[in-house]
Amino acid sequence: MFHALVAVKQVPDTTNIRIDPETGNLVREGVPAIMNPYDAHALAEAVRWKRQLGGKVTVISMGPSSFSSTLQEAVELGADRGVLITDRKFAGADTLATSYVLAEVIKAIHQEDPLQLVFFGKQAIDGDTAQVGPGVAVRLGLPIVTYAVKIREVDLEGGRVVVERKTERWTEVVETSLPALLTCDKEIAEIPFAPLPDLIRSLRYEPEVWTMEGPCPFDPDQVGVKGSPTIVYKMGTPPLPQPGEKVNARELGVEGAVKFALDKATAAGITSLLLGGAQ
Amino acid sequence: MTARRFWVFLEQEEGKVHPVSWELLGVARTLASQVADEAAAAGDTVLVEGVLLGENVGPIAQEAIYYGADRVYLFDDPVFAYYRNCPYYQTLAAAAKKYGPEVFLIGATTLGRDLAGAVATALRTGLTADCTGLEMGEVKGARQRLLLATRPAFGGNIMATILCRNSRPQMSSVRPRVFPMPPRNPNATGEIVHEEVEATEESAMSCVLEFIHSKGESVNIEYADVIVSGGRGLGTPDGLKLLQELADELGGVVGASRPLIDSGWIGYAHQVGQSGRTVRPKLYIAAGISGALQHKVGMQNSDFIIAINSDPHAPIFDVADVGIVGDLYQVIPEMLKQIRALKEAKA
Repeated sequence: MFHALVAVKQVPDTTNIRIDPETGNLVREGVPAIMNPYDAHALAEAVRWKRQLGGKVTVISMGPSSFSSTLQEAVELGADRGVLITDRKFAGADTLATSYVLAEVIKAIHQEDPLQLVFFGKQAIDGDTAQVGPGVAVRLGLPIVTYAVKIREVDLEGGRVVVERKTERWTEVVETSLPALLTCDKEIAEIPFAPLPDLIRSLRYEPEVWTMEGPCPFDPDQVGVKGSPTIVYKMGTPPLPQPGEKVNARELGVEGAVKFALDKATAAGITSLLLGGAQ
Repeated sequence: MTARRFWVFLEQEEGKVHPVSWELLGVARTLASQVADEAAAAGDTVLVEGVLLGENVGPIAQEAIYYGADRVYLFDDPVFAYYRNCPYYQTLAAAAKKYGPEVFLIGATTLGRDLAGAVATALRTGLTADCTGLEMGEVKGARQRLLLATRPAFGGNIMATILCRNSRPQMSSVRPRVFPMPPRNPNATGEIVHEEVEATEESAMSCVLEFIHSKGESVNIEYADVIVSGGRGLGTPDGLKLLQELADELGGVVGASRPLIDSGWIGYAHQVGQSGRTVRPKLYIAAGISGALQHKVGMQNSDFIIAINSDPHAPIFDVADVGIVGDLYQVIPEMLKQIRALKEAKA
């Protein structure tokens, strides 16, 4: 039986984030919370293989209780089971402590129902660290394929998977043993429209809630702030650069404005560069 | 007396070093100099060291010395013929346990990001991704200066400074082009330490069946000297042709801000910004780009920035050396005309 697990995160839609110009703080009110887009694409791929091979997809998410809406959304997209990992003691976790908790949960789920593939998004759009997936793979001793863009083959009998991953230089076709962990780019799968039964099921779906108390044990020294080697020392808005000179084409004329800009570039010593293009 | 080691992962593929490796040697040298006084007072030595994995990559180790490494640990073996997560992270983690570096920097490339999180987890230490500022600073309650790693958060809207108080090494990943290339000194001397390789083919857990080199879209905007970028103000995908014409005239490449990638006008390889590439060309021309923070953090280190926008209040003007308030469809053709005239005058 094929069993895939997808780790998802709820994130603020960073394209809508604003900074309060007075205080320099993030304005969180009115910022919609969404499922991290890369995770959504990873989930779509997991569900696609479930439909092809038969089996099931489990989704986990660590965060406050409001994250259960993201797990409902996962069920709408075809997940069978959702696990919300939530506890005050988990709060303030950096990527190392996060990977610890997720790895322990995945281990427990794997013990009751063996997993072949574990999916992550390639990164979360709020932190952009891309660290938790590799961290979980190391903790579980799983082979990892990052930046996955296509799963060519899942060979359950042979215990192997063939995946395409895209790097800056080329696309690699990687073969690795199962179980394996993948971190996925958006190209991995299109997000399909939810079939009606999944949609209906998701409306009433209540995810399982796992906490510090169980069902799986956690080492209190490795979770939350205590388990996090990094701390935020300070926060601030980016330093304001010194703006340069501005000319208005309407006042100076287009020709004059362009000449002004190119003269400035000349004065800055890049004329030779401007002239060098045709050589 | 102890050695305070500042480590840099020297990234190479197919025997070609990624320039970010040299940039990081430059940063490591700066960090090392920031603890020189306190090290001297304590009788400690301060060393900048590179770690290099590959097959037949000895010349790169020598090159690293020219770029500022006091010592290079070289793991040369066929198992490292191409990059794979498992043998790489296990080897680096074991090396770090053996030598105990204080700081460990890795380039935030696709390879480096695959690797850094695995190494940090194996060492149970802290890692700060995509740093744009690094400094050894005094922190209350700390015996020695600590690495203060500053990075953009929330799409570049906020800068967060992260520190790792107790675990070692203090790890950071840094994107290419965030820091300048240090000078190459061919008279520099250093030591190359040949390390024993324990990784085996069996422990690698995966193999690459095939490398597919993509055709066409092989633009490398990170290391371009001239970038002509467009944003939403282009209005139509055809506007990119005009930018291309200007880029060609200047021997540069075309960049873009996120909305153009999101609307599919141009590929991701062209994207400049926090969610794309960080660039620092000699000349950056921003046409029709409003200047969202997430774009600015990716290009504000350019040597010279010309911004063209019809909105006089566009935030892009805040980082520009010269701003032209006007219609880019009038300004760029005029710019082409004047540049061609300048070239003719020179010829």
